[in-house]
Amino acid sequence: MKKEYVMGNSAIAIGALCSGVKVVCGYPGTPSTEIIETIYHVPHENVHLEWSVNEKAAMEVAASASYAGARSLVTMKQVGLNVASDPLMSLAYVGVKGGMVIVVADDPGPISSQTEQDTRMFANFCRIPVFDPASPEQAFKMVQDAFEYSEKYHTPVILRPTTRVCHAYASIEFDENYSVKPFDGFEKDSSKWVIFPKLSFKNHAMIEKRNVEIGKDFSEYKFNCVLNPKAKSRKAVIATGDSFSYVKEALLNTDDVTLIQVGTPHPLPEDFLLKALDGIDEVLCVEELSPYIENEVLRLCGKHHLKLNVYGKNTNHMPLSGENSVALVSKVLDNFLGTKISAAINFTDDAPNLLVRPPVLCAGCSHRGAFYAVKVAMKKKKAYFCGDIGCYTLGNAKPLDMVDTCLCMGAGVTMSQGFNFVDPEATSFAFIGDSTFFASGLTGVVNAVYNEANVIICILDNSTTAMTGHQPHPGTGFNLMGNLVDKVDIKKVLEGIGVHKIVTVDPLDLKASVAAVKDCAQIKGVKAIIFKSPCISIVKPKTKYEITDNCNACRVCIKKLGCPAIIMKGDKVSIDESLCVGCSVCAQICPRKSIKEANHE
Amino acid sequence: MNKDILICGVGGQGTVLASKLIASAFMHDGNTVHSAETIGMAQRGGSVTSHVRIGDSAFSPLIPDGKADLILCFEPAEAVRNLKYLKKDGTVIVNSQPVKPITETLENTGYNGSEMIEYLKKKCKKCIVVDANTLCESLGSSKFFNIAIIGVAAGSKELGLDNDAIVKQIETKVKEKFVEVNKKAFALGFSIGEKHAA
Repeated sequence: MKKEYVMGNSAIAIGALCSGVKVVCGYPGTPSTEIIETIYHVPHENVHLEWSVNEKAAMEVAASASYAGARSLVTMKQVGLNVASDPLMSLAYVGVKGGMVIVVADDPGPISSQTEQDTRMFANFCRIPVFDPASPEQAFKMVQDAFEYSEKYHTPVILRPTTRVCHAYASIEFDENYSVKPFDGFEKDSSKWVIFPKLSFKNHAMIEKRNVEIGKDFSEYKFNCVLNPKAKSRKAVIATGDSFSYVKEALLNTDDVTLIQVGTPHPLPEDFLLKALDGIDEVLCVEELSPYIENEVLRLCGKHHLKLNVYGKNTNHMPLSGENSVALVSKVLDNFLGTKISAAINFTDDAPNLLVRPPVLCAGCSHRGAFYAVKVAMKKKKAYFCGDIGCYTLGNAKPLDMVDTCLCMGAGVTMSQGFNFVDPEATSFAFIGDSTFFASGLTGVVNAVYNEANVIICILDNSTTAMTGHQPHPGTGFNLMGNLVDKVDIKKVLEGIGVHKIVTVDPLDLKASVAAVKDCAQIKGVKAIIFKSPCISIVKPKTKYEITDNCNACRVCIKKLGCPAIIMKGDKVSIDESLCVGCSVCAQICPRKSIKEANHE
Repeated sequence: MNKDILICGVGGQGTVLASKLIASAFMHDGNTVHSAETIGMAQRGGSVTSHVRIGDSAFSPLIPDGKADLILCFEPAEAVRNLKYLKKDGTVIVNSQPVKPITETLENTGYNGSEMIEYLKKKCKKCIVVDANTLCESLGSSKFFNIAIIGVAAGSKELGLDNDAIVKQIETKVKEKFVEVNKKAFALGFSIGEKHAA
């Protein structure tokens, strides 16, 4: 056995390998990314590992592997499941043969996501089981259990960790001699694997019956458990996910309250809950995102005529949005139990005003050049700037202020078209990164060409998936199997679709970039500008720039670019040498030509 | 042993490596350790915190408010931002050198960290202020401050681990070509810390 101190995501990855997983697919997205990255970095002989082009593709690749009897793992963040929901809904009806676990990382807060959606609701909607770990240790065990249940009941199973579980570290012990679980291969049977209304009707009834069975099975599951079952109090707390850990810590010195963990929210372990709530008059539900368990307990109360007061989000005892913490939970518990566990922590009330640190584009980021060039070219002209999901969402920050909309992956390309149709006089721009372009920008370009939109699609090609930590994608020329592959050429793709005009330009060459934008703005139809320059985190700098004595501190560079490397030292403008990567954009805009390449002697 | 240590700063200051070294040093000492990092969007120029929790009664991945024994901080305002985590009689070790966010440079409000340092001194029972630039002068770069500050914590006896426990982790966890300079940074910090030992 090997003991390792790992991140929750790594614990999930190792758990899957210990379960003999054969195919692993996913699309990067915080907080789920490190699952696939871990598998890439640890031994994984005979495992097919891929960053899929998007979550839908990942789900489908994994599904057929499971049809063939192999164990498969799919990973994504919660909004990724929206993209993959089409295959998943149908897959829930068809079922699987080899164990299939879908890890969907939820993000209460949200800390780095667009929504606070609750994947437990999604599991219920799909009618498939979901496991909800409270810690990295539990996630490690649950992913292995999830494979067993998936095979036992021939259904895809969701494991739903949240950010604090994904990014927490703990020690896990495992047998490092894992290997791919042998499988039989695909047995053709169109009555089983081809979805038709007749099959869906039959399987729907089967699934509902089966879920009752799984609920009974889950009632015996180790992570549906009661702490302090002998407590005399007639009050109980039900907690799920990381909230269970918060409540457990808050109640460390209180053993008079029954604490119930529900580790499998769907199908609900009804028998377990009925037993755990026997003799209880009041129950507080502590969970993040939706009041899922709370509503389920209310349903139980109706179904079994329980005389039980249920508190939580519905009763405003718990906040409806945001993440929980020990401090938050302690206050609610004090209110519910009449305890005094929440220490009065207000000794920082008189703190001086704190500066905010909004996320910004890195010093020297090539996206800054692209946004600035479009801004200059469109000065005093009416234009719409549709952003997308990636580092370049940060183009919204002042002083660039170049993102008018951001909705979801790929939406910028299509939303620019809507603006064009309602306001043809203005120029509509879409900004999309290279990875996002492949993930979900392509179909939008086809839509633009087909429906005769007049838009300029700016592809910010930095040759990586930067925001999530530099994962390769179809345009990078290598994949997770360690192979060099043909790059999917964005320019050729655009040509193939029929884009009228395609310009490739270096965003760090402002003059050329501004000219390219102005040129495209004069032409009707779908135009594309590929702003091509590698992410500065991958291609290391060669030169640095410095401010010369000629500088009169007009601060134009600061006010126009907002580069974090340009700082004020007293009254003087200065370039932080440790941050500058020599992009030269500031030197190009300095009115007095006072920024020069630094001499290295 | 039960101990909660918060390490905080701004993205790029080496918070993650510092917390990894501390966590593994405590583990090698036979303790149960949990930790958590804020990563993702917050990493780019934003506030970064690492929570290291030692002992068997830590269940929450983040340190609860008012429970941290020790805060190691690479930036004055970040120390104030995270002060709610500190125990009433806890200790703060902080770099006096400010990191200005771009919003601050745009508005040029003159933030230099001194107001924050004064506040920390007023509020904390024990506050050790270290100037990273001075400390790291002989090392050629203040980027080694993340290791030096662990030295200050060890030297002042606030960390609760001895010299060897950390040095061993530097030798195994840090890239080979940086081992010597990091050991030097640790030693420099340690000698400063010793002056503050109770």
